[in-house]
Amino acid sequence: MKTLFDKIWDAHVVATVQDGPTQLYIDRHLCHEVTSPQAFAGLRARGLKVFRPERTTLTADHNIPTMGQDKPISDRISRFQVDTLAKNAEEFGLTYYGLNNPMNGIVHVIGPENGYTQPGMTIVCGDSHTSTHGAFGAIAFGIGTSEVEMVLASQCILQTRPKTMRINFEGKLNEHVSAKDMALYMISQLTTGGATGYFVEYAGEAVRNLTMEQRMTLCNLSIEMGARGGLVAPDETTFNYIKGREFAPKGEQWDKAMAYWKTLKTDEGATFDKEVTFDVSQIKPMITYGTNPGMGMPIDGTIPQLEDIDEAGKISFEKSLNYMGFAPGEKLEGKQIDYVFLGSCTNGRIEDFRLFTEYVKGKKKADNVTAWLVPGSWKVRKQIEEEGLDKILEEAGFALRQPGCSACLAMNDDKIPAGKYAVSTSNRNFEGRQGPGARTILAGPLVAAAAAVNGKITEP
Amino acid sequence: MEKFQTITSTYVPLPIENVDTDQIIPARFLKATTREGFGDNLFADWRYDKEGNPKADFVLNNPIYSGQVLVAGKNFGSGSSREHAAWAIGGYGFKVVVSSFFADIFRNNALNNGILPVVVSDAFLSELFASSDKNPKATVTVNLEEQTIVNNETGNSESFEINAYKKACLLKGLDDIDFLLSNKDKIEAFEQQRAYAY
Repeated sequence: MKTLFDKIWDAHVVATVQDGPTQLYIDRHLCHEVTSPQAFAGLRARGLKVFRPERTTLTADHNIPTMGQDKPISDRISRFQVDTLAKNAEEFGLTYYGLNNPMNGIVHVIGPENGYTQPGMTIVCGDSHTSTHGAFGAIAFGIGTSEVEMVLASQCILQTRPKTMRINFEGKLNEHVSAKDMALYMISQLTTGGATGYFVEYAGEAVRNLTMEQRMTLCNLSIEMGARGGLVAPDETTFNYIKGREFAPKGEQWDKAMAYWKTLKTDEGATFDKEVTFDVSQIKPMITYGTNPGMGMPIDGTIPQLEDIDEAGKISFEKSLNYMGFAPGEKLEGKQIDYVFLGSCTNGRIEDFRLFTEYVKGKKKADNVTAWLVPGSWKVRKQIEEEGLDKILEEAGFALRQPGCSACLAMNDDKIPAGKYAVSTSNRNFEGRQGPGARTILAGPLVAAAAAVNGKITEP
Repeated sequence: MEKFQTITSTYVPLPIENVDTDQIIPARFLKATTREGFGDNLFADWRYDKEGNPKADFVLNNPIYSGQVLVAGKNFGSGSSREHAAWAIGGYGFKVVVSSFFADIFRNNALNNGILPVVVSDAFLSELFASSDKNPKATVTVNLEEQTIVNNETGNSESFEINAYKKACLLKGLDDIDFLLSNKDKIEAFEQQRAYAY
């Protein structure tokens, strides 16, 4: 009896190092401009080629502007980094989706939307949110640049087998509660390091009822509680999503794939190193109040008191609230905010834009709010336009930007100014994450929409 | 990679929990295409003010504290997979990071750069913070061969875990790519015999 994780892991073991890690074969490798240049330089220094070039795909997403992408990138160092990716693609014979390519977008958005991401695969990328792809029943995890070099050189990676955890979400979701709220609730319960050393399988009625995009949001945030990855057993929802996508198997290959994919589930009676169950009827729309994603609470909640925090954590807790400009015991409902960011690999897909648009339809953006709406890819943006959502957004006072990681990580032009409050659908509220001194409140697309219209934190 | 040798050194205490990789090296410094120079921006937003002047209250700017060992609060290195965090720590001159808990990706990245993450108990960690509070010139000795760390101020020691393969890599200064390349025939054999090939 095996867990889903065990089945996929075992099917990819090339060798086991004595008293050491496992040599794992990697099916799909995704690369972006920020964490790859040193890996390519390493290959060059060793005189190596890319071992299996057809298994690596490149896109530019982190270090790019989200306006005026038809013009050269104005920041000289950023332009050089993106140009370096293009050069590396050419030199090593790799597929690259650069700016203005209709296939370009955030690496964890374009993988699934083009059918690169499939059940049973091992998928890596030099980016911690690679966990997103676990939504398809894949072992997907983020790696460092030395590991990127390993994969380029050998299509393999050395990893220690993680422990397994199953998180069951039982029951039916309340109205206005999305996968983002499930994830923020889960992390607030388990803490930001609570799943370190584990690979998570998400299960239960509420997970089965999620769409693929919602599952991606949930798996995306696995790393925010320390888990390298999280996965969901593939089912009809998964198969229907994949079918017909550009790089999905076709014809006879599809039938073969389906026969295999249907075996990808945890056997009855298989055991996990840890098992946790949440009753989703307890989950309300969530926000964060601190500087790690584990510092979350319901919108109508109250920030903990100092005496509720354990001794070793008190310095960090006070530092965190001091940074955010909040006080212990404070309520945040009704608090005025300055920025709203809809986008990122967490919530930058079409369903996120539908949710946001549905809420703001017929309403107006608050005057005190600057809103950045950043589709996760050109395909998402095209879909938004085809569905006419852009018109509704425009009438409500919102404009769409061009695809990219944007304000999620403050390495491109989209930075939240110091001291300003941003309600963000992204994944990290770390100090300075969205810009030096920026104060991030993480939330789902609906809460972000309500904040954009009301100019403050409110129930959607 | 440089071979790892036993270190006796003063240490820099950072008693903050959940130090994420965005604090270790903020994203705006990730634009470089080489591995060098990140040490100057280690903990940039805690270390410098808006004008780039050192903030007196941050430990790296306090000349009393120095050394090749960083001692930090629980769950060090959470968040982003950026290896630039390990390059920044190594570039600054740290060879060892001590904490009671490390995030997984950071730990791998550190090891791949010859930096040793040493996991100690909460009690041992608290004692290290107390020792450097009392005597900023307190030292630790980290012996990888024996897998021990000693607080030389109190004489207390602990042993730490590391897998035998990684230990050998650090002691010999070898990296994983050398190993993987020597295993190419196994990789090709695997590709031939897999049950379901993508």
